[in-house]
Amino acid sequence: MTAVATGARTAGPRITLQDRERRRGVWLSALAWIIGLIFVGPVLWMLLTSLHSETDAATNPPSLFAPLTLQSYASFFGAAGGANPWPALINSALISVVSTAFVLGFAIPAAYALSIRPVKKWSDTLFFFLTTKMLPMVAGLLPVYLIAKTLHLLDTPILMIIIYTSMNLPIAAWMMRSFLAELPLEVLEAAEMDGAGMLTLFRQIIMPMASPGIVATGLICFIFSWNEMLFASVLTGTTSITAPVFLTSFVTSEGLFLSKVCAASIAVSLPVLVAGFAAQDKLVQGLSLGAIK
Amino acid sequence: MTTMRLEPTMLVTGRREVWLRRIPLLPALIFMVIVTQLPFVATLIISFVHWNALYPTDVGFGWFQNYAAVFTDGATLQSVLVTIGLTVGVVLISLVLGFVVALLLDRKFRGRGIVRTIMIAPFLIVPVASALVWKHAILNPSYGLFNGTLTWIWGLFGQASHAPQIDWVTAQPLASVMAALIWQWTPFMMLILLAGLTGRPLDVIEAAKIDGATNAQIFRHMTLPHMRQYLELAALLGCIYIVQNFDAVFTITSGGLGTANLPYTIYQTFFEALDYGKASAAGVVVVIGSMIIATFVLRTVSSLLKEDGKR
Repeated sequence: MTAVATGARTAGPRITLQDRERRRGVWLSALAWIIGLIFVGPVLWMLLTSLHSETDAATNPPSLFAPLTLQSYASFFGAAGGANPWPALINSALISVVSTAFVLGFAIPAAYALSIRPVKKWSDTLFFFLTTKMLPMVAGLLPVYLIAKTLHLLDTPILMIIIYTSMNLPIAAWMMRSFLAELPLEVLEAAEMDGAGMLTLFRQIIMPMASPGIVATGLICFIFSWNEMLFASVLTGTTSITAPVFLTSFVTSEGLFLSKVCAASIAVSLPVLVAGFAAQDKLVQGLSLGAIK
Repeated sequence: MTTMRLEPTMLVTGRREVWLRRIPLLPALIFMVIVTQLPFVATLIISFVHWNALYPTDVGFGWFQNYAAVFTDGATLQSVLVTIGLTVGVVLISLVLGFVVALLLDRKFRGRGIVRTIMIAPFLIVPVASALVWKHAILNPSYGLFNGTLTWIWGLFGQASHAPQIDWVTAQPLASVMAALIWQWTPFMMLILLAGLTGRPLDVIEAAKIDGATNAQIFRHMTLPHMRQYLELAALLGCIYIVQNFDAVFTITSGGLGTANLPYTIYQTFFEALDYGKASAAGVVVVIGSMIIATFVLRTVSSLLKEDGKR
C-alpha cells in the first residue's frame, strides 16, 4: 500500500494528482453504495423478516440466517384465524383503477384546452388546479363525510372513486399538459388541414403520440390512490375497506406478529413497487408536475 | 387558401370559437369546483356554527366562538408548531441528503444504476406499511432492528447483555416519526435533483475546469445556481405532501407524546371529540395559513414555468 503511494509520489505531481483523483473516486463510489444500502436496508430487513417464522423474527440480536419460510404470507392470504385480505385488496384495485380512468378522462381533454388549443386564461386555470392541491385535504373531510352520509354514499367504492379522482386530477392535468405541450404542433396542423375534426385528431394523433405520458400519469394516479389512508379510514367501513386501512386494522393482533406485519406490508406495497420500478423516470416527471423534462 | 382554412382553428375568433375551446376543459373544471371547493365553503359555514355531534339538539350560530376555541386551545397551537417543525425538519434534511446522494450518483461508477434503483425503493413502499415496519420491525425496543444491531455489536465484544436498549419511540417520538418520513422522502428529493444535475451545461463546466476552477468553485458558482430552481421545486413539493402527512403520525405514535400535527388534530376533533364546529374552524385556519404560504410558493413555481412560454 505504502509502496504504491510513494511510487506515485516520486513519479511526479501529475500522476499524484490523477492518483488522488482516482482514490477520491473510489471513496465517493463506496459512499454512494453505503448510503444506497442504508436506504434499502429497511426494505431488505422487511423482506427478510417476512420470510422468517414469527419466533425467528422476534429475536434479539436478529437471527439473519434463520430458515426461510412462506408461512407469514400464507397466513396473511390464507387468513388463518384472521380477516381475509382479498376484499380489501380487490376494493383498492377497483377504486384505484376506476378513479385513474376517470382522472385521465377528465385530464386529457383539459390538458388539450390548456396547451394545444389554449383557452384565454389557461395559466390561471392551471394554477387553480394547483391551489386545490395545496389546500390541506383534511379541512374538507368533515363536509365530505356529512354530504356522503346524507347521500347514503358512506362505505361505498363510488365515494372513494370520486374522492380519489378529485385528489389526483390536479396533478394529472399538470402532467398531461406538459406532455401535450411537447407534441409537435405542425403535425396537428397538417392533420387539421387534411380536414380532421377534433375527435379524429384526438383518437388518431394525440392519443398515440402522448401514450407514454398517459401511461406515466395513470401510474402515478394509481399509486396515490392505492396509498391513500386518511379519507379511506374515515369514509370506508366493512364493505369498501381499502388495503392501507386493512393493514392498520391487521396489526392490532396479540402475540408475535412481526413477520406477518412485514409480509402484509410487502404484499400491499407490491403493486406500487412494480409500477414504480417500471416507470422510474416518468415518476419524477409526474411528481414534479411536469416541471422537469 | 391555406391561411383561410387555418384561421378558425388557430386564432381565437368570435364567441363560438371561445366556447369551443372551453368545452374540453369544462368537465374537469366543474368536477373540481364541486368536489373540492364546495366542501370548503361548507367548512367555512360550519366553522361559525356551534355544533358538537354529542349534543345534536344544541346547534346554533356561534359567531367566532369556534375560532376563539381554536386559538386558545393549547393542543391546537402545539400541533401548529409540530406541523411546522415536522415539515421543515423533514424537508430540509431529506433535501440535503437527497442532494448529496444525487451528486454522488451524478458520477459514473460501477453499479450506479443499481444504487439508483435501490435508493428509490423506500419511496415505493405504501406509506402506512412503511410506518408500520418502522414502528414494529425497526424501532421496537425488544426486537427491533436498531436495538438488535446494538446487541449484535456489543455481542462481538462478549458484552451482549450490557448493550444499550433504547425505547426509541418513547424516548424520541418526534424524531422517530421524522426518521421514517426522511427515509421515505429522500429518494423523491434525490430523483428531482438528479434530473436537475443531468440538465447541467457540461461544456461550460468543462471550460471552467480548463480555466483552472476548483471543484468547490464550480459547485458554488455553477452547480448551485443551476440547481436553485430544482431545489425550490423539490422543497415545494415536499412541503405540499409532508404538511398533510397523516399516516406516519397516526401509525407510529397515534398522535401521542407531543407528535400530533394539524391533520391528526383535526381528524381527532372530528371523529373522537365530535366537535364539528371547532374542527371546521381549525380547518379554515389551516386553509388560510396554507394560502398565505402558497402565494409565496406559487411565485417560485411561476418562475419555473416562465421558460415554457405561451403557445
